[in-house]
Amino acid sequence: MSAVFEQIFQVGFLAAIIRIATPLAFATLGEMFSERAGVLNLGIEGIMLLSAMTGFTATSLSGSLWIGVLVAVLTGMLMGALHALFTVALGLSQHVCGIGVTLFSSGLAYFLYRLIFGQQSVPPSIKGFETFSIPGLSSIPVLGPAVFNQFALVYMAILAIPLAAFVLYRTPWGLSVRMVGENPRAADSAGVSVIATRFQAVILGGALMGLAGAFLSMAQFNAFTFGVVSGRGWVAIALVVFGRWDPWRSAGAALLFAFVDALQLRMQASGLGHIPYEAFLMLPFIFTIVAMAVMSRNAVAPSALLKPFRREER
Amino acid sequence: MFRLEVRSSTPAWFNLALPLLAIGATLVLCSGLIALAGAGVMEAYGVMFSASLGDSYAITETLVRAAPMIFTGLAVAVAFRAKFWNIGAEGQLLAGAVASCAVGAIPMPGPLAILLMAIAGAAAGAAVALIPATLRVKFKVDDVVSSLLLNSVIYYALMALIEGPWKDSFSGYPISPPIEDSANFPVLIEGTRLHLGVVAALVAAPIIWFLIVRTTLGFRIRVTGENPEAARYGGINVQRVLLSTALLSGALAGLAGVGEVGGVHFQVMSDISPGYGYSGIVVAMLARLNPLGVVPAAIFLAAVMTGAEAMSRATGVPAFLSDVIQGTALLAMLVALLFTAYRIRRVGVAR
Repeated sequence: MSAVFEQIFQVGFLAAIIRIATPLAFATLGEMFSERAGVLNLGIEGIMLLSAMTGFTATSLSGSLWIGVLVAVLTGMLMGALHALFTVALGLSQHVCGIGVTLFSSGLAYFLYRLIFGQQSVPPSIKGFETFSIPGLSSIPVLGPAVFNQFALVYMAILAIPLAAFVLYRTPWGLSVRMVGENPRAADSAGVSVIATRFQAVILGGALMGLAGAFLSMAQFNAFTFGVVSGRGWVAIALVVFGRWDPWRSAGAALLFAFVDALQLRMQASGLGHIPYEAFLMLPFIFTIVAMAVMSRNAVAPSALLKPFRREER
Repeated sequence: MFRLEVRSSTPAWFNLALPLLAIGATLVLCSGLIALAGAGVMEAYGVMFSASLGDSYAITETLVRAAPMIFTGLAVAVAFRAKFWNIGAEGQLLAGAVASCAVGAIPMPGPLAILLMAIAGAAAGAAVALIPATLRVKFKVDDVVSSLLLNSVIYYALMALIEGPWKDSFSGYPISPPIEDSANFPVLIEGTRLHLGVVAALVAAPIIWFLIVRTTLGFRIRVTGENPEAARYGGINVQRVLLSTALLSGALAGLAGVGEVGGVHFQVMSDISPGYGYSGIVVAMLARLNPLGVVPAAIFLAAVMTGAEAMSRATGVPAFLSDVIQGTALLAMLVALLFTAYRIRRVGVAR
């Protein structure tokens, strides 16, 4: 048992958790903003994939990582706007539109990637983000080198959590988002534009999903492969439920999931007996399903989630 | 300014025109990508058409590909009718494939093997679909998320099987041992791959249509989906209907996997399904959740998939175009559906 604890509190292990949690934190916060405004975005898996592709491509063509990040974010915003167009402006089924956005954007990602890079035996790679340590903070024992010797995008994710909480709970716009997600008719009477607020929230969510995609192809893998997202978007949707639509809890959920995932990786590497490695790969997904079953009892979704708003109707 | 206005009635010709309109819009939208790839649009679509529907062999190939999508399309259509959001047809298909492969590897007379494979595959798919339905009924877990996550779980279980106990010791590749020759589905037309499973899919559609439109269970499924409150008031046990729907939907998706094992691959490998479970959602929506409409919708998507490969070889346009077409078709159909309930009215803006 003590050997397990020793493993867990290694710097490398903590750093791995942070790295796994980063794209999940971006994606979960993005999905949370969207759902807080009343819009489930099942397009997340495809949006992350397309952003990972465009960010990677932009970097490999321009040579600049930050141009890549910018392009990935813009891609996310654009696809968010597309989802909002269908679900908010036209009021179509959020479930089916989300799947449509995912199918469309993953198809587009594969298509454009093949068009630009052709079929190569070794996938092209870029020189991705490098870690840099924050002076002072990085000298804290154990925590310092794990948390404060990271990619720039990791620091952005860490800052994004309090920022998201501040925006959601302390700004007039955040209040509008929560109102249109809970009671759009009341928000409308109070002079808040339900349509505009929902569009903004879904587009902001898309931007964060774009950052999640950028992290995967530009910091974690430094290449775009077809399995680069592999279910992380779906996991983020579950983490929002698990985190009860709150930025802090959602980020915590992402961290917890990352812990399970990192543990799974460690257990795989240590070649635990004859357990097939796929059993460990399943683990985070099973964990998420079980966690949802436990948490869902008192999880209260925004009451207008999945409900389109049309002013003329009641 | 334009405004959406509720229609009092939907013209009958809409039902047929809408999917065609959506498909037309999709092909026009995607022609931009063909042009971007530097190929002639008419030429590319021409190759796609002739390679998928141009001669009798191409037609049988398209039908072989349509069969699993007819099953997954029916699975999704049945589930969505009850508003059981089953996005897990992919995992249910894989479970059906694994179970039928396990049964098909046991030596026994052909007809018996095929029957038992179908039963095992349907049962496996149903068992998987029961998980999200039970979680929703008992724990209020969102069925979209749980059924989606289960796809990954089942996929890894399949991989564990074919990289572990089922690994082909001869070649060392992660593919399962083949099923018994006697368990191979009979081929209906010599020289083609048109197998018994394709006929089963074509027969399943009218059966499911009858079940939905004419039976008590079908009535309960429809009422539960359209108005759960009214269903409850009318004495329908909504939870039980959801569970029955899940069993039916999962069994249909499982049968898609049975057909792939028994009629096409004769074994299980990691890429046994190129996303047929997700395509089922597109098929069901193009069919407007009508089991009879599932057949032409699945044939359309199968033709796109079959044709895209030939188009890619002939014109250099990446075959992934077929994935884009699927996604676009789904979104286009959703917009088209809007016009069954609403009409666009121009309204003057007061200044």
